[in-house]
Amino acid sequence: MFVRLILILLAGIFVNNYILSQFLGICPFLGVSKRVETAAGMGIAVIFVITLACAATYLVYNLILVPLGLEYLYTIAFILVIAALVQFVEMFIKKSSPALYQALGVYLPLITTNCAVLGVAVSNMQVGYNFIESLVSGIGAAGGFTLAIVLFAGIRERIEFNDIPKAFEGFPIALIGAGLMSVSFLGFSGLIKL
Amino acid sequence: MSNNLKVLRDGIIFDNPILIQVVGMCATLATSTSIINGVGMGLSTTAVLVGSNVVISLLRKFIPDTVRIPCFIVVIASFVTIVQLLLQAYLPSLNDALGLYIPLIVVNCIILARAEGFASKNGPVASFFDGLGNGLGFTIVLGVMGAIREFLGSGTFLSAKVLPDVFPKTLLLIMAPGAFFTLGILMALFKHVIAKRKTAE
Repeated sequence: MFVRLILILLAGIFVNNYILSQFLGICPFLGVSKRVETAAGMGIAVIFVITLACAATYLVYNLILVPLGLEYLYTIAFILVIAALVQFVEMFIKKSSPALYQALGVYLPLITTNCAVLGVAVSNMQVGYNFIESLVSGIGAAGGFTLAIVLFAGIRERIEFNDIPKAFEGFPIALIGAGLMSVSFLGFSGLIKL
Repeated sequence: MSNNLKVLRDGIIFDNPILIQVVGMCATLATSTSIINGVGMGLSTTAVLVGSNVVISLLRKFIPDTVRIPCFIVVIASFVTIVQLLLQAYLPSLNDALGLYIPLIVVNCIILARAEGFASKNGPVASFFDGLGNGLGFTIVLGVMGAIREFLGSGTFLSAKVLPDVFPKTLLLIMAPGAFFTLGILMALFKHVIAKRKTAE
């Protein structure tokens, strides 16, 4: 049991990296990766929200939707749960820890439309993980997101000082860089079989 | 040119959601492994986009400003569920190929961006054309990316074999990194052409 949880965690971070092999959460990945500090801030906010979202959507699905036979409404239910959760987290942090709010505040509203959150929740449901496994897979996915976005921000900080062909400036060169990172993460594929 | 046609054209070319606005990247990168997947995803998104744009535009006077985002999301999620159920019923193979990415149309930033940026300020007819234009612009880019990756990566065109076996297949292109490379190069090319046009004018 314990070994399985560790494997789910590592698979989420390295093998099935949500950004580089599943393409979830690309918008914030490209949008807030210009500085390492902001990337790290976004990463921490995402870890926080995804873990809570996995718990909340698991409970909503298994305690409300399944008993009522409304499984087909999961898309609507999940996105509402996530949107409400993000609002709630924002208010809670604002009241309880102004310092943390200063650091994460701007990223929180953006997370509602981060497809990684909904993606992890839906894929947990489709794979049929239990409660603990859902949580761990959420932490793994968010950890993979954070790792990728921080590494990528480091690369982009250096790209800025390079001489790039005019047409490639901005997003195109960032995408090529992400592609190269994705090649290196391919090295992890097949390492863990669940 | 009439106003609606201009809105339609802007969505397809000058405001192309992927190449210019750079939204909806997740679906673009993930589902453009072949023409059929790319166009299937594009058309599903177009259907949701047109539907949600029209409904949101009709409701724009009734939705209070403070809770508009949750309202938009409910409308969008309803259309996504409809499209998902239709695909499951009539195109099960496409549904299996796109899998997780169908429910994820909800969080495709194109749809919320058009709802917020266009449909909540304009009438239903203009919103219909805006949705159609953006959807088609999205579909065309997905189709082109799908064609490039399918042709070079697996040597086929619309699943029919076109490259003889002597040509080595660039497997990398149908794997994850290929998506980033193809889109990066396509975007650079598009920027180059638009910039050239501008200097020519």
